[in-house]
Amino acid sequence: MNSVLSRLTFVLLSFCFSFSFAYAVEAMPASDDPVLEKRVMALSDELRCLVCQNQTLADSNADLAIDLRNQVRAQLKEGKSEREILDYMVKRYGDFVLYRPPVKASTYVLWYGPFILLILGVIVLVIKLRQRRKTMDQIPALSAEEQARAASLLNDTGRGE
Amino acid sequence: MITEIGHFALILALVMALIQGTLPLIGSLRANARLMALAKPVARGQFLFVVIAFGCLTYAFATNDFSLVNVAQNSNSKMPMQYKISAVWGSHEGSLLLWALMLAFWTFAVTIYSRRLPEEMLSRILSVMGLISVGFISFMLFTSNPFDRLIPAALDGRDLNPLLQDIGMIFHPPMLYMGYVGFSVAFSFAIAALIGGKLDATWARWSRPWTTVAWLFLTIGIAMGSWWAYYELGWGGWWFWDPVENASFMPWLIGTALIHSLAVTEKRGSFKNWTVLLAIMAFSFSLLGTFLVRSGVLTSVHAFATDPERGVYILAFLIIVIGGSLTLFAWRAPKVGLGSAFGVISRESFLLLNNVILTVAAASVMLGTLYPLFLDSLGMGKISVGPPYFDAVFAPLMAVGVFLLGVGPFARWKEASLAVLAKQLWPWLLVSVAIGVFIPLALGKWSAPVMAGIGLGVWAVLSTFAFLVTRVRETSGVGVLTKLRTLPRSTWGMLFAHFGIGIFVLGVSFVRTYEVTSEMRMQVGETTTVGGYAFRFLGVEGVTGPNYESSRGTLEVTKNGKILTTLHPEKRMYTVQKMPTTEAAIDTSIWRDLFVALGEPVGNDEWVVRIQHRPLIVWIWAGCLIMAFGGLLAATDRRYRLPAPRREMASGQALTAN
Amino acid sequence: MHRYLLPLGIFVALAIFLGVGLKLNPREVPSPLVGKAAPVFNLPQLHDSNKTIAPENLRGKVWLLNVWASWCASCREEHPVLVELSKKNIVSIYGLNYKDKREDGLAWLREFGNPYVASAYDNAGQAGIDWGVYGVPETFIIDKAGVIRYKHIGPVTPKALEEKMLPLIKVLNNE
Repeated sequence: MNSVLSRLTFVLLSFCFSFSFAYAVEAMPASDDPVLEKRVMALSDELRCLVCQNQTLADSNADLAIDLRNQVRAQLKEGKSEREILDYMVKRYGDFVLYRPPVKASTYVLWYGPFILLILGVIVLVIKLRQRRKTMDQIPALSAEEQARAASLLNDTGRGE
Repeated sequence: MITEIGHFALILALVMALIQGTLPLIGSLRANARLMALAKPVARGQFLFVVIAFGCLTYAFATNDFSLVNVAQNSNSKMPMQYKISAVWGSHEGSLLLWALMLAFWTFAVTIYSRRLPEEMLSRILSVMGLISVGFISFMLFTSNPFDRLIPAALDGRDLNPLLQDIGMIFHPPMLYMGYVGFSVAFSFAIAALIGGKLDATWARWSRPWTTVAWLFLTIGIAMGSWWAYYELGWGGWWFWDPVENASFMPWLIGTALIHSLAVTEKRGSFKNWTVLLAIMAFSFSLLGTFLVRSGVLTSVHAFATDPERGVYILAFLIIVIGGSLTLFAWRAPKVGLGSAFGVISRESFLLLNNVILTVAAASVMLGTLYPLFLDSLGMGKISVGPPYFDAVFAPLMAVGVFLLGVGPFARWKEASLAVLAKQLWPWLLVSVAIGVFIPLALGKWSAPVMAGIGLGVWAVLSTFAFLVTRVRETSGVGVLTKLRTLPRSTWGMLFAHFGIGIFVLGVSFVRTYEVTSEMRMQVGETTTVGGYAFRFLGVEGVTGPNYESSRGTLEVTKNGKILTTLHPEKRMYTVQKMPTTEAAIDTSIWRDLFVALGEPVGNDEWVVRIQHRPLIVWIWAGCLIMAFGGLLAATDRRYRLPAPRREMASGQALTAN
Repeated sequence: MHRYLLPLGIFVALAIFLGVGLKLNPREVPSPLVGKAAPVFNLPQLHDSNKTIAPENLRGKVWLLNVWASWCASCREEHPVLVELSKKNIVSIYGLNYKDKREDGLAWLREFGNPYVASAYDNAGQAGIDWGVYGVPETFIIDKAGVIRYKHIGPVTPKALEEKMLPLIKVLNNE
């Protein structure tokens, strides 16, 4: 009698436990410190993998990439700043490892070029438009006949956008 | 046997292209009607032979003919049939044949849809296209022959790169090439016009539909490439500013500028030189892209066999085609007339401002892509230019462009008033700014870029509705539906295209700022929550595919207790190339993507699983498709489908004597 | 008239750059350490873990640091060249056994020959990172003052040895 009761209790208890386990088990994050990991990935995204040269350090699964990501993680844990870690990489691998090219004399054209081109382009456009206006004003007007002919030709060019 | 036929057909195609490229052109310069009349039949002949060649190569792949080097290197008997077909263009040689096929196809289309073109013009156009065909076909026959034999034949093939064994591979390259290569038509029109010395509004009118159709294919092609990278590569990136991606994006930017510039030239006969230059540039960028991808000058995950020897050949081709056309431009352009005037503030000037922005954007992309090469060749060290640069430079440029796209359509032709524009638009602008500021605040995460992005996206969308509202209000006396129905298709095209851009910008802004990534270690039965959805891991089982072995995971997705779907991410190992791939499992809806990928197994029955919640990401590609649809509407506008009223018009009389 | 030549001019400049680019190797990463002091390390030797190697102990002579590993296929290509070179007594060759297992490294040297005065055992790869190693094999030339004067990426070929490395070693030996 006792053994049956205890066996029953055992079965009942394990039932309860298994239910609660099935609905309450939350997975653990893959890394020990998700906040740190986000910083590692953000910084690694700025770096180029030297082995698979068309991936960021964050995306690459090459051995060296894993090693370098570990470096980044270790240094962030130590409290190094992002600038310091990037400098660490550049010291060893050169500017090539940065996906954001540094702003130095050799890259002024790269960084400022587009902006300057835009300003130039707008200026040239405005000048040309003004020039054109002046030139057009100087051309003698069409005769009535010419105007009529021009109108009929123009009608055909389409009223579309 | 079939291979020999294919090879021979390609040689015949070259002969046809040579004839097509020379005789009609000579005929047009000497007013020799017989020579000019050769153009159409010879061009159609070239098309026929290229199709035969392509068909033979496809047959070789479909029947596992491993006596062909190309088949042996890129196929395998166990590969599913659809990938055997797409493997035809999976290699450098095969994709060149696809290029030639597309070019021949566009040439054929020109021979059909050119009833209104004067003989002189048509023969020049077809000759220019013929010369381009000569370049590509001879490149193939002399350096990259897809029909090279492998003696002795291989027993089985090396298999296609597993990343390419996918539906994306089936559609992306053909769409892309239809676009790239399609710009050759506008290019040929421009060269023909320069040769003839007659550049006018009719030329612009002819060029427009061809350019728009090429543009819409390119839009679809690029969007497909992006979508494919997203789901195939396993980590959810959709644009990397990789040199090959940029190589397709630069022609797109110039092509967009060209479409807008053609509108000005067609309407006013103005800025012809600029439009011609853009037409030359669009195709030139396509060719530059071909060079970058195949020469080994830049590293890219996309690059084909990198062979500097082939690079020399393509560079020579580039110098002949681009150098030749730009020389012709420098020589003939000054003789072209001015066209009519328009105000400094007018629809025309907005369109030209669009041109400035798009051209500067294309130049920036080129600058960023080639800068490492520039510095290296000057001995000034090696740098990398990646997404941080492009994002920093490109986004602000485009922001200005997207803002203007809302204003431009409201400006009157010839003369517009800033005051009137401001009056019409300020309520819509206010609403856009308000939404742009409000949504990020409501979502709890805000920054200047995301507010600007959302504001601009909403602005682009609202401006299309604003345009319709204004149009409806302006025309009186008719019902709303009639007013809308009588709007020309090209106007609808513009509206859809601009609307598409708004959707695109909204998608990009949301995904970049609000996507959530979670990397968890999961055991069977464990759950994790991402973005309001619960993911329960049900284990991994081994599965065998046709040419791969796979570890297939199962995750149950629930929201508020209700089961939504089951996702099956996989880690595959393709047996022939011994290459592992990560196949993500994606649940798509209009509001978000749920993206799940399997990581590495960790000890006993525990796996690393990466789960991402990506809001509005589909809007990126939906926006592109809507843009392309807009292009389709514009290209099929009534006036392109009506017969030409007067031959005198069509013979290209300049509208302004100068 | 001149402004119409501008597009052509820009293209010509571009074509020249592209032409030059065909001769370059975009994948090669030049080392920023050339001309700088050799990075410090103090690693156990492969053959005797009780002894160590450190660059500062090698001052006063010109020496090569060759980064190798038993799992590296290209290393097998260059190894005979290094073995030959070691017999000529022109320069001391030291090895950096990079991310390898000790037994594998030792076995590999037994099979293919040992040109190294000694090999440093860099299991973790930290010295490799400090020296900017990104692909094996790589070879550095260090001068008497302990400054890196040259880095050769990839297997050492007889051609590279004759044309670039030996002349430099000669100059450095005479300093």
